[in-house]
Amino acid sequence: MSEVSSKYVLQTVGFDARFPNTNQTRNCFQNYTDYFKCISAKGEDYAPCKQFKKAYHSLCPNEWISKFDDQRDNGTFPASLEP
Amino acid sequence: MINYLTYLTTIFNDASEPWQLGFQDSAAPGFTGIVTLHNTIGFYLIVISFSVFWVIMSVIYYYSSSKNPIAYKYLTHGTVLELVWTITPALILIAIAFPSFRLLYLMDEVISPTLTIKVVGHQWYWSYEYSDFITDSGDSIDFDSYMIPESDLELGQFRLLDVDNRLIVPVDCHIRLIITGSDVLHSFAVPSLGLKLDAVPGRLNQVSFLAERSGTFYGQCSEICGVWHGFMPIVVEAVSSPDFIVWLDSAS
Repeated sequence: MSEVSSKYVLQTVGFDARFPNTNQTRNCFQNYTDYFKCISAKGEDYAPCKQFKKAYHSLCPNEWISKFDDQRDNGTFPASLEP
Repeated sequence: MINYLTYLTTIFNDASEPWQLGFQDSAAPGFTGIVTLHNTIGFYLIVISFSVFWVIMSVIYYYSSSKNPIAYKYLTHGTVLELVWTITPALILIAIAFPSFRLLYLMDEVISPTLTIKVVGHQWYWSYEYSDFITDSGDSIDFDSYMIPESDLELGQFRLLDVDNRLIVPVDCHIRLIITGSDVLHSFAVPSLGLKLDAVPGRLNQVSFLAERSGTFYGQCSEICGVWHGFMPIVVEAVSSPDFIVWLDSAS
């Protein structure tokens, strides 16, 4: 088989023992809140925060992400984002 | 020689066909398990039916005033018989429950997935989002998948089953699907892959599968979702991982 070079790596968020069930709604929400908590504590360039960003992008539908973003802008996001 | 080889080629049944009664051919370990469980329980069904009908027919045959005039005298009590007809069904239920739960929990397991694909049901089309490969500009790969209307069908395409943009997946990779709806309930179902999971607005459902062979697998929305419920089919195309990478590069 010939080597295929790509800018993409086949990799995704792994199993999370906090969310072992079919329902992954909270998995998405938790990673979204954790990311913004993380960057408000450590700053946007802090590398470990990127993991949360990868996770919520993989798990949350794009429609939800833009809705959450709007809620954050309006200050109506239903969770505290303070670290 | 070429003719000889074509006879050996297996053609898999990956789409529903008119008047179909049986299963489609399996392309995933989960669906193989479902078919095996179905066959196991079918075996018990035959054994139970035979014994129950045998008992009923015997009773009808022997309980008669001419052949057995004092049968009622012996029909008042039978401890052994009662023990047998209590314990045997219990054992049968255990024999059905164990493989059933084993399969249920095996299929529930999401085994270190290589890829997460988000599936969103809309009135009346599916949209797919591949967001593992987010670029620095923040773009994710996402597209809508509409049924091809009858007037646009090309020769060899399936009426009411083919779509314009297929869900492309790599073979032999554990794939996690995150399924949700954006308006009403839908249900994402692909028989050959053993998938059927409701798409619920406001909730994310997770299911895992592994395509064992490359092929094109057809499914349909399986939760009544409005007037065009029957016109939002699902097509999953499993390709080799190098081909998948090539597709990813072209799709982004």
